[in-house]
Amino acid sequence: MDFSRASDSELITKYLSGSESALEFLIRKHQQRIYSYIIVRIQDEDLANDVFQDTFVKVINTLKRGKYNEEGKFLQWTMRIAHNLIIDHFRKAKRMPTMSPTDEFDIFNIIKDPSLNVEASIIKEQIEGDLYKLIEQLPEEQKEVLKLRHFSELSFKEIADQTDVSINTALGRMRYALINLRKLMEKNHVSLLQ
Amino acid sequence: MGSTTTLKNEPGAYCKPRKETIQFLLNYSKALEVKKLASGEYVEFIRN
Repeated sequence: MDFSRASDSELITKYLSGSESALEFLIRKHQQRIYSYIIVRIQDEDLANDVFQDTFVKVINTLKRGKYNEEGKFLQWTMRIAHNLIIDHFRKAKRMPTMSPTDEFDIFNIIKDPSLNVEASIIKEQIEGDLYKLIEQLPEEQKEVLKLRHFSELSFKEIADQTDVSINTALGRMRYALINLRKLMEKNHVSLLQ
Repeated sequence: MGSTTTLKNEPGAYCKPRKETIQFLLNYSKALEVKKLASGEYVEFIRN
């Protein structure tokens, strides 16, 4: 069957109708971008293959459970899964990635290359989107202080005046907002690391 | 002309996962059976 003109959503529908070749096409369609994203960060072929494999095992499980609902955003969703698995890998290894420049590879070439930042910006948008959703779950008073401090960049004195509370109360609300946000991030597996 | 680094020649940019990795995923997908229990929980079976 020719899937070359099929969208990701169509491929997923066909896969869920029993077409394993639709899944194969979907994986092959995105393998290069996803694997490149992983290998550039992990710098180890064996581990990168493991992370790629685990990423698609999660994708397959989610699809087969009928839990996928990111219409039209399959790549971003899959990249996010890969991103979280990379973070998990470094957490487990209790180390951050270290890359030393060699003749063939220099991390600063990647940083300077705007074309490679496409994936990074997709992930950044996803993280920010997740973070905003979590902030919305905070109690109203805490959410208000957090937004005034970080988005409106008001001082605590200005926040206290604007919300008609003492500075200590504003500080306390901010403290609880951060504690609750941290808990929500852990619960929802949101990480700020890229 | 100086050399430039682009997405095309960046190490890793044209790398693909191993054939075995892809094959594992295709086999896994074929073998995986997900059933939803009356309780609403999902159970995954791997068929031989």
